[in-house]
Amino acid sequence: MNQGVKKDISTKIRRILFGMKGNDGLLVKILMYALLIGIGFVFLYPILYMLSYSFKDINDLLNSLVNWIPTKLYTDNYKRAFDVLDYWPILLQTIYVTVLPSILQAFVASVIGYGFARFQFKGKNILFILVLATFVIPPQVTVIPRYILFNKIHILDSITAYVLPAIFGQGLNSAIFILIFYQIFRSIPKSLEEAAQLDGAGHFNIFFKIAIPMASAGYIISFLFSLVWYWNETYLASIYFGEKLSTLPLQLQKFVATYSKLFPTQGGASGTSINEGIELAGTLLTIIPLLIIYFITQRWFVESVDRSGITGE
Amino acid sequence: MNNIFTRLVNSKKTVGYIFILPWVIGFAVFTAYPILYSLYLSFFNVIITTDGIQTKFAKWANYQDAFTTDVEFLKEIGDFAGHVVVSVPIIVIIALIIAILLNQPIKFRGFFRTIFFLPVIISSGPVLNKLTEQGVTAIPEIKQYAFYKLAAEYPSFFSNLFLYIMDNMVLLLWFTGVQILIFIAALQKVDIQVYEAAKIDGASTWEIFWKITLPTLFPMILVNIIYTTVMYSISTMNPIIEHIKKNMFKIETGFGYASALSWVYFIIITIILLIMVWVVILLERKK
Repeated sequence: MNQGVKKDISTKIRRILFGMKGNDGLLVKILMYALLIGIGFVFLYPILYMLSYSFKDINDLLNSLVNWIPTKLYTDNYKRAFDVLDYWPILLQTIYVTVLPSILQAFVASVIGYGFARFQFKGKNILFILVLATFVIPPQVTVIPRYILFNKIHILDSITAYVLPAIFGQGLNSAIFILIFYQIFRSIPKSLEEAAQLDGAGHFNIFFKIAIPMASAGYIISFLFSLVWYWNETYLASIYFGEKLSTLPLQLQKFVATYSKLFPTQGGASGTSINEGIELAGTLLTIIPLLIIYFITQRWFVESVDRSGITGE
Repeated sequence: MNNIFTRLVNSKKTVGYIFILPWVIGFAVFTAYPILYSLYLSFFNVIITTDGIQTKFAKWANYQDAFTTDVEFLKEIGDFAGHVVVSVPIIVIIALIIAILLNQPIKFRGFFRTIFFLPVIISSGPVLNKLTEQGVTAIPEIKQYAFYKLAAEYPSFFSNLFLYIMDNMVLLLWFTGVQILIFIAALQKVDIQVYEAAKIDGASTWEIFWKITLPTLFPMILVNIIYTTVMYSISTMNPIIEHIKKNMFKIETGFGYASALSWVYFIIITIILLIMVWVVILLERKK
C-alpha cells in the first residue's frame, strides 16, 4: 500500500518535472526560458551597453566602480553627437535617400513578380533563375562599371544613382522582393482572373484592380525591408553620393574625424577630446529612427516570412 | 495599327514579357553589362583622364599583383575564407536552435521574436564597427576565462579562428534574424500528425528531431546557408570590401586592379558557396 503511494508521488513529480510528451515538463520549460532569456540578453547586450555608456560623463567612464548605471544623467554626449552628426538635416537626407528608392523598388518588384507568376512565355525559367542568381552577385563586382556609367550620364552625387537601378529591378536585394511577389501572386486563384476577363478586364486592369489590392502585405513587407536595407547601406552610398549627399550611417563612419574638426583639443584639455560615451551616443542616435520604425511595424517584420510565403508551399 | 496593338497587349505571351520588361532591361544594363565590363577591365590598366577613361592591356598582371605583391589582400581573403567557413554553420545552427525554441508553446513568443529580429534592423556597417571597437560584440566577460586566455597566448590558425568567434559572438548572433524567421515558417508547416504518429510509435523527442524535423527542414537549411553566406560577404564589416574600394580610387592601382580584386573575391565566394551546399547535400544523402 505504502509502496503504491510512493510510486504514485514519484511518477507525479516526474510528470511535473519532465512532462509526459517530452517538452512540457517543468524542468524542460525552465531550461527553455533560461536559454531564451540568456540568448535574448546577449542579443540586447550591445544596445544596453550603448544606452548606459552614452549617458556617462568622463568621470563615470574612468571610474571602474560605476558599472551599468551612471551616477547622473549626463546628456552632453548627446549634444555633442548631435552637432557632429549634423543630425536633423542629415536625418531628412537619409529619409529622402531611402524612402523613394524603397517605394519604387517595392512597386517594380511587384510588376516583375506578377509577370513571372501569372504568365507563361519562352525562356521564363531561365530568366527566373537569373533573377535569383543576381542575389548572389556581390555589389563589388558591378559597382565599378556602374560608377563609370553613372558618371557618364551625370547621375552621380544624386539620388538617381539609387533610383535608376531600383526602377529596373536591380536595386538592393531586388531578387528577394521579386521572389516575395512571385509567391504572393502565384497563390491568387485562376478563376478570379478568368471571371474578371469575362467581365472584359484586360491584363493590366486585372493587375491594378485585383492583384495589387490582394498583395498589400507584400508591399508593406517589401517597402519596410527595402527601407532598412537602403538605410543601412553605406558602401554604395559612399561611392555614389560622394560628398553631396550623406546619410546617418555615413556620418557615423567619419564620426571621429568630424569630431576632431568641430572640437579641436586645445592644449590637451580632456573635456573636449572624444570618448566612447560620445561615440556611443552618436551610434545610438543613428539607429533611433530605425528603432522607432521597428517598434511601430515590428509585426510586419517578424511575420514577413509567414505572410509572404517566401519559403514556398 | 491600333488593332494590332490591342491584340498584342491581350495576347498572354506578350503581356508576360511586358511585365518583366523592366527587369530584362535593368538586368542587361545594370548587372550583365557591368559584370562583363568589370571582367574586361580586370585585364587592363585603367587611367582616368580629363577626356575619359584610358585603358592599356595588362594581361594577367592585375591578378598576379593581387596574389603576389598585395600582401594585405592575400591575408584578408584568407581570413575571410576561414571566417565564413566557421561563421556560416554557427549562424545557421544558432538560428535553428532559436527557431526550435520559439516554435515551442511558450509565453511571450512575440516578445522574444521581436528581440531576436531587432539586430537586422540596426546592423549597418558603421554601427557594427563602433560596437566592435568598444569590444561589446564579444560575449560579456569572456576574456576572463582560462580557455580564452590560453587561446590568446598560443596564436595559430585554429586559435585565431576560435578567438574570432569568441570576440564576435554577438555579431554572429545578430546575423541570425531572417534565418530564424525562415526556419520558424518551415517548422510550422511540418504536419503535426506526423509527430503524433511518431510519438505513438514510441519515438523520443531526440529521434523525432533527427528523423523527422531535420529532413523536412533540409531545403530551408540550404536557403539559409546561401542567404547567410551572401549577407556575410557583402556586409560592410568585411575588410576586403574596404580594400577594393580603397584601390578603386587609388591612382597607382585604379579601376582595373580593383576589378580584378572584385573578381577574385566573387570567385572565392562562389567556390565557398558551392562547397558548403555540396557538403550539406552529401550529409543529407548519407542519412
